[in-house]
Amino acid sequence: MKNTRLNYRIGVSKLSEIIISFFAFLVAVPLIAIIFYVIKTGISKLSWNFFTNIPKPVGEIGGGIANALIGSLLIVLIATLIAVPVGILCGIFLSENRESKISYYSRLAVDILQGVPSIVIGIVIYFWLVKPLGSFSAVSGSVALAIMMLPIIIRSTEETLKLIPPSIKEAGLALGLPYHKVILKIVVPCGFSGILSGVILAVARVAGETAPLLFTAFGNPYITTNILKPMQSLPLLIFNYATSPYDEWHDLAWGASTVLLIWVLLLNIITKLIARRWKVQL
Amino acid sequence: MESTIIKSENFNAYFGTNHVVKNVTMGIDQNSVVAVMGPSGCGKTTFLRCINRMHELVPGATATGKILLHKDNVYDLNSILVRLKIGMVFQRPNPFPNLSIYDNVIAGYKLNGMKLSKQESNEIVEGSLTKAALWNEVKDNLHKKGTFLSGGQQQRLCIARAVAMEPEVLLLDEPTSALDPISTASIEQLLFELKKNYTLIIVTHNMQQAGRVSDKTAFFYLGELVEYDDTREMFTNPKDTRTQNYITGRFS
Repeated sequence: MKNTRLNYRIGVSKLSEIIISFFAFLVAVPLIAIIFYVIKTGISKLSWNFFTNIPKPVGEIGGGIANALIGSLLIVLIATLIAVPVGILCGIFLSENRESKISYYSRLAVDILQGVPSIVIGIVIYFWLVKPLGSFSAVSGSVALAIMMLPIIIRSTEETLKLIPPSIKEAGLALGLPYHKVILKIVVPCGFSGILSGVILAVARVAGETAPLLFTAFGNPYITTNILKPMQSLPLLIFNYATSPYDEWHDLAWGASTVLLIWVLLLNIITKLIARRWKVQL
Repeated sequence: MESTIIKSENFNAYFGTNHVVKNVTMGIDQNSVVAVMGPSGCGKTTFLRCINRMHELVPGATATGKILLHKDNVYDLNSILVRLKIGMVFQRPNPFPNLSIYDNVIAGYKLNGMKLSKQESNEIVEGSLTKAALWNEVKDNLHKKGTFLSGGQQQRLCIARAVAMEPEVLLLDEPTSALDPISTASIEQLLFELKKNYTLIIVTHNMQQAGRVSDKTAFFYLGELVEYDDTREMFTNPKDTRTQNYITGRFS
């Protein structure tokens, strides 16, 4: 009697273990399927010329994505330069002033900003920057992407710095260090790996954003480095060429998708490595 | 003739409306060790943190009355200056986890932007670690992170970091409560050495420790300074019944 009861419980325990493992595995399936399919289709399109040439007109064989690659790198780089200082400073403020009214509303704003659809950010930037400047431009795309990066950077900075024990801050203050030195020389370096991971994740997150670039950076079939002019980017190229009726252009879109996917995967792996390598033992 | 280095006059401290240190008046002689003891929540740590103005960092914390360092009220001085003259060691060892042992000791100078030659900073590091009885154990690993040391070594590193600034007074907030008996013994030994150069105020939970290390003992109860006397006198012949009850273990 007692034994069957026990066996029943062991059985239930085993069963729930199997169910949980199954769903944990299930989560990985779409990811693996996407990576496998994109790389399988796109890898054959990659070649040296693919990275160094610009797209050829319809009907000509070959052509590459050099314009989109350079454009994406530039647009994302400028977005990072805008978002990082603002985001980190805001994150420091939120972790330092947890209870104040300003932090409450600031945190609320960050949470809401995270949920604003990217296309809406794009159209707002269109009215704020593109119209007044009189032209589509890479820099307006960067601003739109920077706004999308902010919540990720702010939240990861705040959460990282919150984990740093207050006793370490007190140690600095008790040594007669002024507040700003304690923050900049002790608290921030202790959370460096977490903050940097947040920045890289934010870069990975916006690298594939299309919607905010549609009416800001707009796209450009040629290579340009003038950030006040329209500029091509990988997601825009994929969007435009994948919806075209030409097979050569579809090939370009697949190749570009592969490059973008590998870029994002690499950034995610780098984030993991940084978190391990530069972690400060608290 | 011993002279008074720290003197509190009608000192009160509050957390919001909670009155935690009540009207404390006491003087502390130069180069002496004063133990502050009392049951949990009696205000002894708060009183200690008021002396170098760490108390006011807690939101809602306020204080009234005076604490004089020599002749100056510390509440009229710049808090940074006060903390340079009055060092502090905390309950749990808290070396800066991002810095090496060497940089931890010199942190007070380096991060304050004081320029030191290589030789000067080497001397300060060696001198401070020697005073903290840690030099021989770490001299070959000065550039390793301080957090790799054992708890007792970390606490001595924190003491070295504090004495590197050449403070006049060193505040110790239950410095051995997170340590094992052997580390505790080595820190207590160290306090005898430090006494030659510094005035020490040590908060402790542990009556035996107060008896072992201090010249004078202050007994706090419910925020009041109940009794303050020579340690030997206090333990053999307490004047107040509350002190008597506490040291005979009738409450803790």
